Amino acid sequence: MEVTISTTELLTTDGIPLKQSLRKAERRNKQRAFLLVFPLLLFIFVTFVMPIGDMLLRSVDDSQINSVFPNTFDEYKNWDKGADELPPEEVYKSLFFELANGDKRQIGKALTRMNYAKSGWKSLIKKTTREIKKIVKKGEEPVSYKDTFININKLWADPTYWYSFNQMVKDRSSIYYWNALDRTFDEEGDVVLQDEKRRMYIKTWLRTFKVSVYVTIFCLILGFPVAHLLANLPLRYSNLLMIFVLLPFWTSLLVRTTAWIVMLQQNGVINGILVWLGVISDDGRIQMVYNEVGTLIAMTQILLPFMILPLYSVMRVIPKSHMRAAQNLGAKPVTAFLRVYLPQTIPGISAGGLLVFVLAIGYFITPELVGGKDGKLIGSWIAYHLKTTLNWGLCAALGAILLGIMLIFYWLYNKIVGIDNIKLG
Amino acid sequence: MALPSYASPVQRTYYYFYLFFCTVVFFFLIAPLFAIIPISFSVSPFMVFTEGMLAWPPDPEAWSIRWYRNMIGDCSADVVSSTVPCSTKWMKGTVNSFYIGIIATVIATALGTLAALGLSRPHMPYKGLIMAILISPMIVPLIITAAGMFFFYARINLVYTFTGVILAHVALATPFVVITVTATLVGFDMNMVKAAQSLGAKPMRTFFKVIMPLILPGIISGALFAFITSFDEVVIVMFMASIDQLTIPKQMWAGIRQEISPVILCMATCLVLLSIFLLTTVEVLRRRSEKLRGIKAR
Repeated sequence: MEVTISTTELLTTDGIPLKQSLRKAERRNKQRAFLLVFPLLLFIFVTFVMPIGDMLLRSVDDSQINSVFPNTFDEYKNWDKGADELPPEEVYKSLFFELANGDKRQIGKALTRMNYAKSGWKSLIKKTTREIKKIVKKGEEPVSYKDTFININKLWADPTYWYSFNQMVKDRSSIYYWNALDRTFDEEGDVVLQDEKRRMYIKTWLRTFKVSVYVTIFCLILGFPVAHLLANLPLRYSNLLMIFVLLPFWTSLLVRTTAWIVMLQQNGVINGILVWLGVISDDGRIQMVYNEVGTLIAMTQILLPFMILPLYSVMRVIPKSHMRAAQNLGAKPVTAFLRVYLPQTIPGISAGGLLVFVLAIGYFITPELVGGKDGKLIGSWIAYHLKTTLNWGLCAALGAILLGIMLIFYWLYNKIVGIDNIKLG
Repeated sequence: MALPSYASPVQRTYYYFYLFFCTVVFFFLIAPLFAIIPISFSVSPFMVFTEGMLAWPPDPEAWSIRWYRNMIGDCSADVVSSTVPCSTKWMKGTVNSFYIGIIATVIATALGTLAALGLSRPHMPYKGLIMAILISPMIVPLIITAAGMFFFYARINLVYTFTGVILAHVALATPFVVITVTATLVGFDMNMVKAAQSLGAKPMRTFFKVIMPLILPGIISGALFAFITSFDEVVIVMFMASIDQLTIPKQMWAGIRQEISPVILCMATCLVLLSIFLLTTVEVLRRRSEKLRGIKAR
């Protein structure tokens, strides 16, 4: 049997049903809350999210070169590499006209792109274009465009140059991502390893991970006892000691990096003390900076507060009675620590560990300054391609891969700790 | 924390080792910062403790403020050294750093405080997602942000301009304001807002007379975080700023990279003092805020 509770709706004084009126108020409240957030959301979207999106698009973008050589690339796709050693006549013909009539600046940009695929393209095309323009000026029409090209430069008969087109013929290309992982396309368009000489990214990725893992472990080893001490001291003392953790946190990264150079360099403070103590001789000073050791030491000190603070906030709330109770029940101190205390600090360890690890893999300034040649991390390559080689596609791809890795770890962090639980100081 | 009187010798050893270890770590954290201060007063152009500095009794010849004079652009004969060029770059950097930092802080604080107010309302839709987007500039590695912004701002002709650098710094600084102010608003008694409104106060008046005074410590700490973020920021500045937007970090970077000049240490000393000042201010404000909101220190 059905029960009807009331047939007449509750009305507000204006005569509107209460339910409707409440819903309206609720909606208005939502809108108000959203309006407050909206300016910042819009700002972050325009100044931050769009640039990152733009970078991601750039990492797969190969449209510039396709707009310069559209016909050549179309004809190129018809080349049967198994049957003919060199591309068909039409490819040479389209290239002839596209070089003769193309916009000089656009071709210049395309040449830079072609040089990433195979070095030598730039000078070859430049020389060829000069000759082609002479032929066009004379008004002659070549009998065979292929022979004309080969007459201008013998390299046009070298199929390896033509093979390198493989990675450019599409508007959207994954080549930069493969390059970022030391891979390239072969003549068939299959992914293969780069030449020995050009393999440097995998090595750097591995080093980045290695350094980040080491830094995380060192931070944990150094940070755990300190966080424990801070959490268990009376507030008066721990607040005072906290300054030792917070001051480096507030100090400019460059100041701390400079300080480490001063400390670690060959005639620096640490070497000086060691010589004075007689541990090492004056000409046996240890090289501790401008290599991986320097990177490790400096990064550990710089990231240590990020380990101590989450650990501290977790350890603070662990009741001291737990350890006493465990020992009371007959556990040895070590057992009590391992079985009772340590498991309760796991949230802090994972939060701090993830935070330090994620910050470490994206680090750039410190490794660049104290890392020397063999201590550089992947961030240095991104900066190098951004500023020096201007290979922005590769730069964007390296950035996108790094971003992907970061997002995975932040997703983990969010699962474990919750992103809105981030605290400062 | 003290050792119980019944501790065994093994426990005693562990305990003292533990204290010793912690002391070493504290030393490791803080010593590099303070090691540079005396060296900045050295007379030598190399960044080392000279023998004269370590001699006892102290040798006044070994100490000087010549690099500080170099830093403020005093190029007298006794200041200039063959290896250390004298220029007004450091002072220009200081002016620019404060200029960019202050404008960025004002914008970031205004936008961030508004957003934090919205986020703390109980009716906020998609709170998690929006928070994640707003905090993302703090999370994404700076080098990626710099690359993305460089490409994007180059399209709209904002690279190598003050506007570009300031916009980038605001984006980087707002997460700190949002986090700090949101934290202050936790436990904020919304009944006070209702009370003000029932007494006839308009929303603006409610904000300035009731909410603002209570969360002001949080806003100021957020602003200080924002300022220090912009003031210390080097990666964005490296790519997006030309010589006209030279800031202290950019000049320090150049100093470490190219000249290894002792003037860096003078600036570093000033920055350490600045951070001590900011840290103290934030701590005082935090306590005040907790007192205002009636939260007792644990």
